[in-house]
Amino acid sequence: MIKFLTQFGRYFLLLKKVFSKPEKPSIYYKQTVRELIFLGVNSIGIIAIISFFMGAVITLQTAYNTENPIYPKYLIGLGCRDSMILEFSSTIAALILAGKVGSSIASEIGTMRVTEQIDALEIMGVNSASFLILPKMIATLLFNPFLTIIAIIVGIFGGWIAGTFSGVLTSENFIYGIQYEFIPYYIVYSLIKTVFFAFIITSVSSFQGYFVEGGSLEVGRASTKAVVYSSVLILLFNVILTQLLLS
Amino acid sequence: MIKVVNLCKSFNGKTVLDNISVTFEPGKTNLIIGRSGSGKTVLLKSIVGLHEIDSGEVWYENTLFNKLDFAGKKKIRSEMGMLFQGSALFDSLTVEQNVRFPLDMFTDNSSEEKIERVNFCLNRVDIKNSNNLFPSELSGGMKKRVAIARAISLNPKYLFCDEPNSGLDPITAILIDALIKELTVEYSMTTIVNTHDMNSVMEIGEKIVFISEGVKCWEGNKNDILNSDCNTLNDFVFANSLAKKLRATK
Repeated sequence: MIKFLTQFGRYFLLLKKVFSKPEKPSIYYKQTVRELIFLGVNSIGIIAIISFFMGAVITLQTAYNTENPIYPKYLIGLGCRDSMILEFSSTIAALILAGKVGSSIASEIGTMRVTEQIDALEIMGVNSASFLILPKMIATLLFNPFLTIIAIIVGIFGGWIAGTFSGVLTSENFIYGIQYEFIPYYIVYSLIKTVFFAFIITSVSSFQGYFVEGGSLEVGRASTKAVVYSSVLILLFNVILTQLLLS
Repeated sequence: MIKVVNLCKSFNGKTVLDNISVTFEPGKTNLIIGRSGSGKTVLLKSIVGLHEIDSGEVWYENTLFNKLDFAGKKKIRSEMGMLFQGSALFDSLTVEQNVRFPLDMFTDNSSEEKIERVNFCLNRVDIKNSNNLFPSELSGGMKKRVAIARAISLNPKYLFCDEPNSGLDPITAILIDALIKELTVEYSMTTIVNTHDMNSVMEIGEKIVFISEGVKCWEGNKNDILNSDCNTLNDFVFANSLAKKLRATK
């Protein structure tokens, strides 16, 4: 328990350092642009591929589970749309990003720690926590909502392709379904969750990397911990946010 | 001048440095020597503030460094340069960007002025035509030179070197030692070098502090070290067979 509280305290002290005034905003701006490309743009591919197939599978599974003629066919499109918006685009995509982005952040910062690059920054008088973590945090907070939108669009497109090409429903039925009883707030709900999850992924992974002690083995362990802890926290906050935002 | 007074440091209840007091003189290469694990690196990192000390004082001229807040330390740190054991160059930056980094962070010079300064520093450490190489493309000796260039880019008043010639061949090690000594004189810096290399001690040791198991055992210069009464120091100095033969001859 004491260990947990100590870690909890260190996490918040790190955040305090991260959010202190930047030494030179122009340098931070350049770093943020670099991170936008590295953590954001480079994640578009994996998010698009997984969303496409997830949308396709959701459509096919919904179709095979609603074969009863009592259910209208357009419900398949509606099921695909709501699954993508409410859960997949934010939560499942966040879990995927925790694996890709989280491990990358923890190993990058962890390697900098064990090779004394962070010490070199500190010796120069640079606030290393802020310099290394803040641009990553800003980049993910700004870009992950775009990834969510991409996941929704590509996922629904995947559902349409799978549904129409497999013949489980017509294109008209699917398009009617994705327009049926659309609630715009679901998009807002999804984007709010995404922002929270982006913060969790970046801060938890950075924390794990920043306090690594030892060598390459410990960097690997920190990377694994970053993914596991981020994923657990994402699932926990998914429940909390859903209750707060949809009840 | 850097002055350390009764410095103590422990990790998880284990004492690593016990009541160390020493003064490092300006314009000289001050050496901290001792066996591996004796506490040299911890002492150096405590002096620069990378380790919080348990008790004692670290003075930079008339400023009590270890009691300063981040902003206060930052001011003193702008006058520090440090060469780390593994060079600690930023992997994602080229040689030029590494040396330019402190200039970008702490000066408002124009881009041309920064590039001029970078080239001056790289020339000073004898690195040529390597501005666009990444650290992974450099040899161990070149990495150390680039790290020295980065350390001197802001004209520091204090230079700290942690095992500057570890992992280098004897000739490159001598060149790095000579470079550190030249720069110390050229910029009138207070230089502190951690080493266990006796060649370095005899080449550049103007003031030498010997540490064993976290305790300061001896202090002197390279002329005194061969005639010391300290048995622990003699065991260290005359550890290899060549040194033993030299001692027997004397």
